[in-house]
Amino acid sequence: MSRTVVNATVNGEPVEFLGGGGQSLLDALRDELRLTGSKEGCGTGDCGACSVIVDGRLVCACLMLAPEAEGKRIETIEGLADGSHLHPLQHQFLEHAALQCGFCTPGLLMASKALLDRNPDPTETEVRYWLAGNMCRCTGYDKIVRAVMDAAADLRQAEKPR
Amino acid sequence: MSDGNQGGKLKVVGQRPIRPDGVDKVTGRAQFGADFHLPGMLAGRIKRSPHPHARIASIDTSAAEKLPGVKAIVTGADFDSGASGEVEAGEGHTAIREVAQNCLAVGKVLYVGHAVAAVAATQPEIAAEAVDLIEVTYEVLPHVIDVEEAMAPGAPLLHADMFTKGVTPKPDNPSNIALKSVMGRGDVAGAFKSADVIVEGRYTTAAVHQGYIEPHACVASWGADGQSTVWCSSQGQFLVRALVAKILGMPLSDLKVIPAEIGGGFGGKTTVYLEPVALVLSRKCGRPVKLVMSREEVFLASGPTSGSVMDVKIAATKDGKITAAEMMLAYQAGAFPGSPVHLGCMTAFACYDVENLALVGYDVVSNRPKVAAYRAPGAPMAAFAVESALDELAQKLGMDPIDLRLKNAVKDGAKTVYGATVKSAAFVETLEMVKASEHYKTPLAKGQARGVAAGFWFNIGGESSAAVHVDEDGGVTVVSSNPDIGGSRASMAMMAAETLGLPIERVRCTIGDTTSIGYSGSTGGSRVTFATGMAVVQAAEKVVADLKRRAAETWGCDLAMVEWADGVATCADPSKDAKPLSMKALASKSAKTGGPIASEVSINAQGAAAGFGVHLCDLEIDPETGRSTVIRYTAAQDVGRAIHPAYVEGQLQGGAAQGIGWALNEEYVYGKSGQLENASFLDYRMPVASDLPMIDTILVESRPNPRHPYGAKGVGEVPIVPPLAAVANAVSHVVGKRMTSLPLSPAKVLAAMAKG
Repeated sequence: MSRTVVNATVNGEPVEFLGGGGQSLLDALRDELRLTGSKEGCGTGDCGACSVIVDGRLVCACLMLAPEAEGKRIETIEGLADGSHLHPLQHQFLEHAALQCGFCTPGLLMASKALLDRNPDPTETEVRYWLAGNMCRCTGYDKIVRAVMDAAADLRQAEKPR
Repeated sequence: MSDGNQGGKLKVVGQRPIRPDGVDKVTGRAQFGADFHLPGMLAGRIKRSPHPHARIASIDTSAAEKLPGVKAIVTGADFDSGASGEVEAGEGHTAIREVAQNCLAVGKVLYVGHAVAAVAATQPEIAAEAVDLIEVTYEVLPHVIDVEEAMAPGAPLLHADMFTKGVTPKPDNPSNIALKSVMGRGDVAGAFKSADVIVEGRYTTAAVHQGYIEPHACVASWGADGQSTVWCSSQGQFLVRALVAKILGMPLSDLKVIPAEIGGGFGGKTTVYLEPVALVLSRKCGRPVKLVMSREEVFLASGPTSGSVMDVKIAATKDGKITAAEMMLAYQAGAFPGSPVHLGCMTAFACYDVENLALVGYDVVSNRPKVAAYRAPGAPMAAFAVESALDELAQKLGMDPIDLRLKNAVKDGAKTVYGATVKSAAFVETLEMVKASEHYKTPLAKGQARGVAAGFWFNIGGESSAAVHVDEDGGVTVVSSNPDIGGSRASMAMMAAETLGLPIERVRCTIGDTTSIGYSGSTGGSRVTFATGMAVVQAAEKVVADLKRRAAETWGCDLAMVEWADGVATCADPSKDAKPLSMKALASKSAKTGGPIASEVSINAQGAAAGFGVHLCDLEIDPETGRSTVIRYTAAQDVGRAIHPAYVEGQLQGGAAQGIGWALNEEYVYGKSGQLENASFLDYRMPVASDLPMIDTILVESRPNPRHPYGAKGVGEVPIVPPLAAVANAVSHVVGKRMTSLPLSPAKVLAAMAKG
């Protein structure tokens, strides 16, 4: 069970941790860095509760080995808000009551951010298919899809030149 | 007391404020079951049975014990063998001994995944290695998975000492049928003889899992003096305390259970699997132990709810009046007795006023994981059979399916088959609103069909506690006694704010641990907003009374002259020069008027009113693959009054989605060897966002519950009752024949279409 030193950037800050022994990036985030916002719902990449963004790409942190994070730029739910200022997605999830238990919420927010980063004006169908890798058992997805569409509109509004 | 029927005067109730715990849940700060970490904490791992049925000949832990880093190993022998009695759990009673034996097997393993031993070690990898080093010698026994095979004479017996209850005289031989449940009334045979129309059929459903995304997780820490703490996600900290303390033979006061945030439960977290094991491991080595299930373990060894076989027969007049019904329900219990078949019998015809009824239910054990409560336990399967049969009846009579249900709908004063009298029911209004809805009037395109179905759930009240503390600055903290599984902090804070006359932002809500608030039943039975909400309102009313007394003392006026509105006391006595006293002013001077302002109320809430739902499902089927796609869906429900309408809608939408999954995709698949073949989210297919349309809701608020201060009824469970039949009826119409076996997987639908 040899472990290696891994250097990465998490939410804009340089971090150093020991990874190895079959440990996933999710294990490293949760157990080594104590960033427990990313959740393990399955450990097999099926539920999306561990969704994080690595070098701009949406990944299931449970499917990536911790040492693979070497030199990578990782975004997690803990870095989604700008300090104490919520991201429009977080704001709209609250406004729409788009969460009940809240366990899938961090993963859904990160997956939604990855969508809006590349497609600022998604259709309902595009939102539904993009989020098909993120399971929610509480909401039936209705309010989640609406929240993402409204957050996209908020972000487009904010981007408009005045 | 506030008048439940004066909705127009309400300022907070009925609004949609942001939930008090919202920011924690969108920023990753909320701490769920697996998120706790303690210094010196060990990682636990469980050894599970590879066999569906076997005698445990021996367990050799010697090699595992020698592995460096292993600190404790336990087996079923480590539990208090004298543990007995029952505990109120979820929506029924549960026998302590069986819960203990489900946590760690004694003598026999009864299903693949049954826990036989557990290890605590310094690293998860070491615990996993130690589990592999434990040698269990089994004598493999014949197994039985299917419910009908388990009922047949000569079936392999799970429990040699189990004789069917509910049968007199007591049977001579043991059986896998734990209970025969019989209920009925009237002259069923006579009514069938004189019937104009009869429909009958056999309906089956598969075992399905609650599917909460958060696997079971806990941390347990034993104190050298016996005083211990468990952190866990559950639907009831008091239930966990009762079960763990009794399994370990310890006094309740020595165990503190701290509720974590809970990542979904739907009934599946109204029992324990890990907590007693973690605590007994901690007792052995004196260090805190964390146990977390993998998703595979969740499928193998927790939940699910029963698969079922049901025969239903309904008699009616030619104008659609149901005159009699007969039904047999056989429900899988899993390895230990306790399927919700009794609730299936009670709810099957609860929507309808039927004079002559005969119901018989069988609770059947087999080599599957023991079932746990799942949202309206027992009702969705029964409603699938009954609502499918009614759809067939409507077709036979050439009647609109909603008109058929309106003709037979229960109204206030009707007697249910289980003896209760229907009160505050808005089933007729719910049906009428669905009939008048834009959805129901919209014509279908070619190849599409529409299914209609109704559903009933009791909703319960029961024991609850709540406290209202006025802070020194006039703000308020509400302490709830129930884990918040779907936004109940919001409804608790809103009801307190309404009663106190404060803006919602001045009221916060927290969930107490077992030592910081009075006892409460679990978060289940759709009871929290009703029962714990009632405790919150009563505590707030006591605070208002106290504030008025303090104002009267301050002004030196008669208490009767003090009025309280919008968080301010005013004096109606014109002879006094009394400036209004705000909450803030009264709170800041509390030391001079009697000390801190707070109230805690513990009640046994009565008067929970049953709820009714009616769902519409439009659906089309790909003729090449047999895949069904729901294209439009409406869920309507009699909700009393919605305290926070967005979270009520969310319950309807979530229940509908789970029911759609139950109808179309979800099932426990077993091979001949008794192995569960789809213990993962990849192979156990729950609905994802691209499978579903928007789910429209109709909240019927025409009958606020007069027994609740703000008119609330339970809302969480009703919405999973109608969808199985709403979906199946739509599929049946597209296929052109009655589809009677869930799930309606593409292969099954394709085969039915091919036969024409």
